Amino acid sequence: MSAASVLSSRGVVKRFGGFTALTGIDFDLGPNERVGLIGPNGSGKSTFVNCVTGALPCDAGKIDFGGTDITDMAAWRRARLGLARSFQIPRPFRGLTVRRNIEVPLAFAAGMSDQREIERQAEEVLVRVGLAAKSRKAPRSLSQVELRKLELGRALAARPKVLIADEAMAGLSDSEVDEILVLLMQLNDSGIAIVLIEHIMRAVVRFSQRVIVLVAGAKIAEGTPQDVMSHPEVVRAYLGQ
Amino acid sequence: MSLHSTGNPAISEKRARLSARTIVPLVGMAIAIAIVFFGLDWVGTDYGYLAAYTVLQYVVLATAWNILGGYAGYVNFASAAFFAVGVYTSVIVYKTVQLPLIATIPLAAVAAGLLGLAVGYLTLRLRGTFFSIATLALSVVMNTLVVNWAFVGGSRGVYVLRPQNIDYFGPYTRYLCIVMLIMAIISVLIARAVERSWLGRGLAALKDDEIAAECAGVPALRLKLAATAISGALMGAAGAPFPFFVTYVDPATAFSLSIAVNTIAMPLIGGTSTWIGPVIGAVLLGSLQQIATVTISSALNLLIVGVLMVIFITLAPNGIVGLVQKIRERRT
Repeated sequence: MSAASVLSSRGVVKRFGGFTALTGIDFDLGPNERVGLIGPNGSGKSTFVNCVTGALPCDAGKIDFGGTDITDMAAWRRARLGLARSFQIPRPFRGLTVRRNIEVPLAFAAGMSDQREIERQAEEVLVRVGLAAKSRKAPRSLSQVELRKLELGRALAARPKVLIADEAMAGLSDSEVDEILVLLMQLNDSGIAIVLIEHIMRAVVRFSQRVIVLVAGAKIAEGTPQDVMSHPEVVRAYLGQ
Repeated sequence: MSLHSTGNPAISEKRARLSARTIVPLVGMAIAIAIVFFGLDWVGTDYGYLAAYTVLQYVVLATAWNILGGYAGYVNFASAAFFAVGVYTSVIVYKTVQLPLIATIPLAAVAAGLLGLAVGYLTLRLRGTFFSIATLALSVVMNTLVVNWAFVGGSRGVYVLRPQNIDYFGPYTRYLCIVMLIMAIISVLIARAVERSWLGRGLAALKDDEIAAECAGVPALRLKLAATAISGALMGAAGAPFPFFVTYVDPATAFSLSIAVNTIAMPLIGGTSTWIGPVIGAVLLGSLQQIATVTISSALNLLIVGVLMVIFITLAPNGIVGLVQKIRERRT
């Protein structure tokens, strides 16, 4: 593991029956770094995120977070250490209001116990992600971009050191993509290292300091956005040449 | 500066309204209970107490079931098994040390709570229907155990003698009714406390999306275990006075289908999202069943439950509370 990494993995393997979704992924994320994780559909990006965040167990390999081996740690413990994520398809707690959605990670992941302080901080998070006006609404009343913001707000409320944004811009218009990008940049400016998993290349190039490319469960390229985009294997994987 | 110390009048006013919303139903319930009790004393027949006992017992059972089934979304088919643990703990105490009922109830709650904890540990990694099937299996296992345990009467059953009267309370049936009333109040207060605590919020998050909740730091298994233990303990407590209520207990009574079905149906009909739902469901359904028992036949009881279940699942899937909330939302 790299000493400078806040999050790293070595040889992560994940199998679903006879199908190997991840074939041994090595990954490093520095403090306050912005990394883009890209790859065609089915390349294993979300599976990797699920293994890193504990939603799925790894079959082999090691994951380290801030010097702690988290390979076999439950997802909620990883969240409490400061590893937060948003989901590809928004998964709000539909029975709770928007603010209550934010209060859950504040109470559980961030470990806050004073209800008034939790409410105050939840309102702050909602202001930060632009959902203050929707505080008392049910998630079902939110638009797609608002649901994405709620996902990010919930991840932010967990007081993360690392945020993994899994396709946080999928299905959004250009202006909405820009909104989310600005938000992610602001979060990064506040000291949160971010892994952006995305198909929208313009967003990845604009956001990432470094890009990693997965194809068929294996890492095929890594480098600056410009280097990676002109990498022959990446071009082949994306354009099928 | 916290919101509390800002002295924001809008927030203070809102809090006052919330308090009023909380207190009014509780006060209303207390008045209703007092009226019923004075009424029962005025009527002066044993049947009144026994009918009230049955309804109150269902308030406890439905409220207890809702802590796991309603708040966390885990449908437990083993309510009769937890209830029976309370029943047979009471029988064991009666046949050995003969403690007073008030001392037996906490023992029954502990026994059923521990069973809940153990079963929860084994089954709560299962989700949805798989968990429900596991709880069905628990009921069968517990029933088989009791049927083959001669000390508690086995399949033949066991008689429990209750005194006619008890100091300060008068007839024993009245005493049983008061005990069950206190248990109903305690269980409702516990359910309300769970609902408003971080346990409740965590369970609500788990109910909606377990993976997302875990990724938000919610310790799913721990919260579910806590809910199973509390729910099981309350169901066991509800079973403790039962042998003195019926005076003869056999597995068919303790594990009866009506207990299993009513315990699930009452919260579903009343509404599972808040503590008041199971209370409404239990009072409504329990009273209807008592009226049917004295006017037509007790054989109708399960039919009433079935018909109401079909009506509510079709027309008001969130129960009476959900229906009222929907009407209010439309008006505003």
